[in-house]
Amino acid sequence: SRFCPPRKSHHDWIGPPDRHSNLRPVHFFVPENESSLEQKLRELRQETQEWNQQFWANQNLTFSKEKEDFIHSRLQGRSLGLGVESGQKTTLSAEEMADFYKEFLSKNFQKHMYYNRDWYRRNFTITFFMGRVVLERMWNKLRQKPKKRSS
Amino acid sequence: MAAFPHSFSSRLLTGWVGGCVWYLERRALLESPHKFMHLFRNVNKQWITFQHFNFLKRMYVTQVNRILNQQVKPKPKPVASPFLEKTSSDEAKAEIDEMRPLSPLSPSLSIKPDEKQLIELESASTIEGSIDVGKETKEEKQWKEMKVHLDDLPGILARLSKIKLTALVVSTTSAGFALAPGPFDWPCFLLTSLGTGLASCAANSINQFFEVPFDSNMNRTKNRPLVRGQISPLLAVSFATCCAVPGVILLTWGVNPLTGALGLFNIFLYTCCYTPLKRMSIANTWVGAVVGAIPPVMGWTAATGGLDAGGLLLGGILYSWQFPHFNALSWGLREDYSRGGYCMMSVTHPGLCRRVALRHCLALVGLCVAAPVLDVTTWAFPVVSLPINLYISYLGFRFYKDADRKSSRKLFFCSLWHLPLLLLLMLTCKQRPGEEGDKENAQS
Repeated sequence: SRFCPPRKSHHDWIGPPDRHSNLRPVHFFVPENESSLEQKLRELRQETQEWNQQFWANQNLTFSKEKEDFIHSRLQGRSLGLGVESGQKTTLSAEEMADFYKEFLSKNFQKHMYYNRDWYRRNFTITFFMGRVVLERMWNKLRQKPKKRSS
Repeated sequence: MAAFPHSFSSRLLTGWVGGCVWYLERRALLESPHKFMHLFRNVNKQWITFQHFNFLKRMYVTQVNRILNQQVKPKPKPVASPFLEKTSSDEAKAEIDEMRPLSPLSPSLSIKPDEKQLIELESASTIEGSIDVGKETKEEKQWKEMKVHLDDLPGILARLSKIKLTALVVSTTSAGFALAPGPFDWPCFLLTSLGTGLASCAANSINQFFEVPFDSNMNRTKNRPLVRGQISPLLAVSFATCCAVPGVILLTWGVNPLTGALGLFNIFLYTCCYTPLKRMSIANTWVGAVVGAIPPVMGWTAATGGLDAGGLLLGGILYSWQFPHFNALSWGLREDYSRGGYCMMSVTHPGLCRRVALRHCLALVGLCVAAPVLDVTTWAFPVVSLPINLYISYLGFRFYKDADRKSSRKLFFCSLWHLPLLLLLMLTCKQRPGEEGDKENAQS
């Protein structure tokens, strides 16, 4: 969905959680006098956002799909064995689902390991860059003041 | 500093009505839609109201309070007003309490397409105080400027630092301090509490900093400040540093170096061991139990200056308590854990999960007997604590046998009141310095 922040705003904007990934998208503000460091930070955040979005949307959709498949296959197995009864249970209990949860978790374990490692790395880098940007801005402000006095 | 939902215990305290609403709110979050048929068989009235609750897609809401069993009329179309200003405050309150969990789950609610109209409505309509959750639901659907308002900052930081959990942690530290032998030193007590509180805030903030995408995907944690973009990660880390440094310094120099070292170690254990380990191995639960056990030990070392068997016993009691508490809680979160990639016993080793919970319930009985042996309490303590220890062990046994949602919730709820009561009993049965001497005189 296209979102346009108000013109006078000089901040990023954060949206509602995405339907598939549950992550909130951020619309990044591009200042006129963006430094190269600020640009690098913004691009890293943008790229991380897209990477995260892709991972979690895929993860959640895969989970839903595999859960559906599991339920269908279990229910089918049950109806074959017992014969179709009216008012038969059409859902599985939490205990029956437990097998699926366990299987899903172990199947995706390696995938999560890679994701975790990358996520920690990105998170640290982004935060570090944010710190550098703040310091850069403070430094620029301090440098501007004596110049103004002299001119 | 254990990453357990403080919100559960705090909400319980607001009373049974609140408890009912919360309980059912949790159920709505945790139940998959397929479960309702299974639950429908349950004769218990309370469960049947869940079904109406889960049917919120049809916009029907049932008052969850047992006393008032009314059915509110279906929600009006959002064009009219999503805020139900005309309904009674009771009905509106019930609906709001129940609206909140469902809106993120069912984006197909008709509010979404009419966003523009809603924006206009929002500026025009007057919003009652009791329906601010309705407003929150709508806000979730809107874009928000990522600008920190100073008025909101205290609230945001309180949620970032899990202030309620921190308060519970500090209370266990206070219990440790009070139970330690020796005269009660008020300045030392206050410094210890403050230092531990700051350390806990720091650890909780870093934990949230690490877990943003995972928290987004779990119902329990999706409203945290970093997830909602209310503050930046940089600010969260800065805040954590501003809590950790004074906290540890306060403990090291204001109290004693041992307490300071334990505080620093606990921050490290929670943020750098427990948090990443949650996604790698079930061992995280044991590490988390140690994290929960250290604060009362810190209270003890603060009071006595050293670590002895009594302090370790107190830590042991908290350590054992963590298992029935957390294992019971995690039983209902298996779906979220599985999807989010968390390695928890309840998902990977369900039998072990229940066995460990029961084992540690029984261990609590043994530890309470050890208390008078180590001169922490009098012999009255194991006697008076036996009923509650047997009760939690019974619930642990039921959980072990039945392995269902009902028994897990019973055990979890029990653990919430069991610990404060146990600590209180310990305090009342504390071994006074004179008594030991009297006993010896009586014997000779």
